[in-house]
Amino acid sequence: MMQETVLKNNQTILEGRGITLRFGGVEALNDLSFSVASHKIVSIIGPNGAGKTTLLNAITGVYSPDYGAIFFRGRSISGLKPFQIAVLGIHRTFQQTQLFSTMTVLENVMVGIHPKTKSGFLGGMLHLPKERKEEKKIREKAEAFLDFFDLLPKADWMAGHLSIAEQRRLEISRALAGDPEILLLDEPAAGLNIRETEAMGDLIVKLMGKGQTIILVEHNMHLVMGISDWLIVLHHGSKIGEGRPEEMQKDRRVVEAYLGT
Amino acid sequence: MEKKNKIYLLIYAFIILILPIFLSNNYYLMVLNVAALNIIVVIGLNLLTGYAGQISLGHAAFFGLGAYLSAIFTAAFHFPVWPTMMIAMFITGIVAYVIAIPTLKLEGHYLVMATLGFNVIVYIIMIQLDSVTGGPSGFAGIPRLQIGGFIFNSDRRIYYLFWAVSFGVLLLSLNLIRSRVGRALAALSHNEIAAKCSGIDTETYKINIFVISAVLTSLAGSLYAHYITFISPGTFSIFYSIQVVTMVLVGGMGSLWGSIFGAVLLTLLPEFLHSVKEYNVLIYGLVLMVIMVFFPQGLFPGILEVFGQRKKGER
Amino acid sequence: MTFSLQLFQFILSGLTTGSTYALIAIGFSLIHNATGIVNFAQGEFVMLGGMFMVTFYSVLELPMVIAFFLTVFSVAAVGLLLERGPIRQARSKEILILVMITVGASIFIKGLTMIFWGKNPMTLPPFSGEAPLILLEAAIMPQSIWIFGITVCVVVALNYFFKRTMMGKAMRAVAASRRSAMLTGIPVGRMILLSFTLSGALGAVAGIILTPITTTSYDVGVMLGLKGFSAAILGGYGSMPGAVLGGLLLGVLESLASGLISSEYKDALAFLILLMVLFFKPSGVLGKGKLRQV
Repeated sequence: MMQETVLKNNQTILEGRGITLRFGGVEALNDLSFSVASHKIVSIIGPNGAGKTTLLNAITGVYSPDYGAIFFRGRSISGLKPFQIAVLGIHRTFQQTQLFSTMTVLENVMVGIHPKTKSGFLGGMLHLPKERKEEKKIREKAEAFLDFFDLLPKADWMAGHLSIAEQRRLEISRALAGDPEILLLDEPAAGLNIRETEAMGDLIVKLMGKGQTIILVEHNMHLVMGISDWLIVLHHGSKIGEGRPEEMQKDRRVVEAYLGT
Repeated sequence: MEKKNKIYLLIYAFIILILPIFLSNNYYLMVLNVAALNIIVVIGLNLLTGYAGQISLGHAAFFGLGAYLSAIFTAAFHFPVWPTMMIAMFITGIVAYVIAIPTLKLEGHYLVMATLGFNVIVYIIMIQLDSVTGGPSGFAGIPRLQIGGFIFNSDRRIYYLFWAVSFGVLLLSLNLIRSRVGRALAALSHNEIAAKCSGIDTETYKINIFVISAVLTSLAGSLYAHYITFISPGTFSIFYSIQVVTMVLVGGMGSLWGSIFGAVLLTLLPEFLHSVKEYNVLIYGLVLMVIMVFFPQGLFPGILEVFGQRKKGER
Repeated sequence: MTFSLQLFQFILSGLTTGSTYALIAIGFSLIHNATGIVNFAQGEFVMLGGMFMVTFYSVLELPMVIAFFLTVFSVAAVGLLLERGPIRQARSKEILILVMITVGASIFIKGLTMIFWGKNPMTLPPFSGEAPLILLEAAIMPQSIWIFGITVCVVVALNYFFKRTMMGKAMRAVAASRRSAMLTGIPVGRMILLSFTLSGALGAVAGIILTPITTTSYDVGVMLGLKGFSAAILGGYGSMPGAVLGGLLLGVLESLASGLISSEYKDALAFLILLMVLFFKPSGVLGKGKLRQV
């Protein structure tokens, strides 16, 4: 419905204005404004507790900002429910992988395709031809994604039995299977060794090359500096810097924030 | 549908078809007929509990609603049997929908208590509204089921009808859990946040499956009323709600074949204890405790495990 | 009788049953605070209180005070057995599974009662006779005074226990945060056992004081338990003042509804209240804010 115009490179696809979020007495996000251009890899960085995951949660509707607004393709999404935001085209992974661990690897990805498909209770129960066709397409697409992520041989495994790196890839493939416009990755390199982290970096760049806008929350500076087009730096819930990685590396406030902790 | 399930279904259908030949005593048929109705209820409940992860201890209310609505409209107002059954299912569905909206926002044991509370309220209404329901002494004179001139007035005829219906419900449910909706339900019971962020409208799905399970239960209730031709509130107390949840738990949450096992086993069990009627309650409690303590994943899955049948992907 | 006098009468009788609801509600809160589960067998503890008392006092003809304490110990022992047995041995510690275990236990206890005590209702004589006292032109049964008095004593004793004794404070610590309690060396397992035992004792007291008024039989447990739970939720689940307030409030509301509207649907009222509270303000009258965030 909303996929009328394909955004050209460099147009603003996601924007936040004056976002403030409080938990009890604590201000987790404080008058935060930012913008993300399409087809870029944007990393949100900052010391621990800066509010990075909170921002992701606000964007995906898990939390509702107390003040401020978030715009996706120019349309306000603050206050929408998480599933609505996912249907609009923003998908994510989580800091601690949230797989459906007793469902199979293949089924996990098939769930990811949910927002793009339609059959409901009646079609499901009666196994109508339309539903059968759609199921076949879902399965084929899911298998294609697993293949891309090198997980196809383990398609029938229980998701919980994969290694950490594999689980991460599975979570990303689930998020991607629904053809999102924006992919939010929350610390995808956490718990990965050097080799796995490099592979993750390569994967992210590859995805961006395929037309994805990617927003990354990461602690691993090597990874961040290596692949990001743009940085947003948070500290104590506020934005203290925004710009290209080289610029932020030299920005006084940013350096202080990191050294200061 | 997978080959495995198709084979099971064929074997199951075969057993259902030939079993009555070996049963001369109508008493056994009657027990099996009640078992068939319990299967319908338990499958519906399992979709709600085992798949969508919402426990309800109030389904006796829907069973009773179906029974009383059918009874009252066909016996007192002489409405035709089958359309009334549909209407009863519809009305029950609406009641379930209204209840579901606030109830499914609750978590864990708050949800359980709300469904219990609902059950008790309906139960009390059944008893107190005696001008309509006949009160504690019950409601008699419910017409039997019939199609055209063919009246279902024997246990054997009812057997084929009820087991056919329960077979149909099983089929529809097996289809459902292998479908997109079934995956969404499984996902939301596992990890609601991940499901939401994957685009699943969890609130609506939970409500829908609650309504479906209520409607199936109402169907079973109506069939029950027309079979026994007499109903009383005692059948629809929270004890029945607990019984059907026990059947789900014995069979294993999420396992439809397990539900059949659980329903049949726990329908037969009290009948075997008939001679020691007072022990019925005691043994039920004991069975429930033992299963919950030693087989929390279900007695049926526990048995399967013993025989090495448990697969990697099985819930 | 003037209307305000009638009202007063209803309120008094409501406070009477409300006191027992309060005791039952406290029992629920104790176990919930220690373990997070709803003890479905709480109502059966109450029922057993009445049953044991009948046996010790009416059948064995022991002196009332001795029978009272024997009963309390007996039902406390049942609570202990429940925790040490099925709850402790359970292979899965998931809350819903444990709740279903207590459901099974409540049915089991009911079944056992049916066999040992039979199905007929039994009663106890009121503690100090039946002649009603007159207070401000309203009639009070002496038993009501006993109920108030004993409930007040129990609440005061519990209050002292939780605020002033080490064990009580330890239990509060477990309720606040099980992990922190464990880290500070509090034997959490023993606190949980204590919560079940105490709940058993409380249930017994409730059963003993209530039976002279309402009689007891094998199936009163379910209703009483559910109503006690409603009271706990009404007042604010998990807090003792909440349980007391909820119990009294529920008793009074029930009595007023029964007297002014209809006595047949009186039982349904408790559950209507339960549903209303769960739907609109799950944290109860004394609770703050919503139960869950997103």
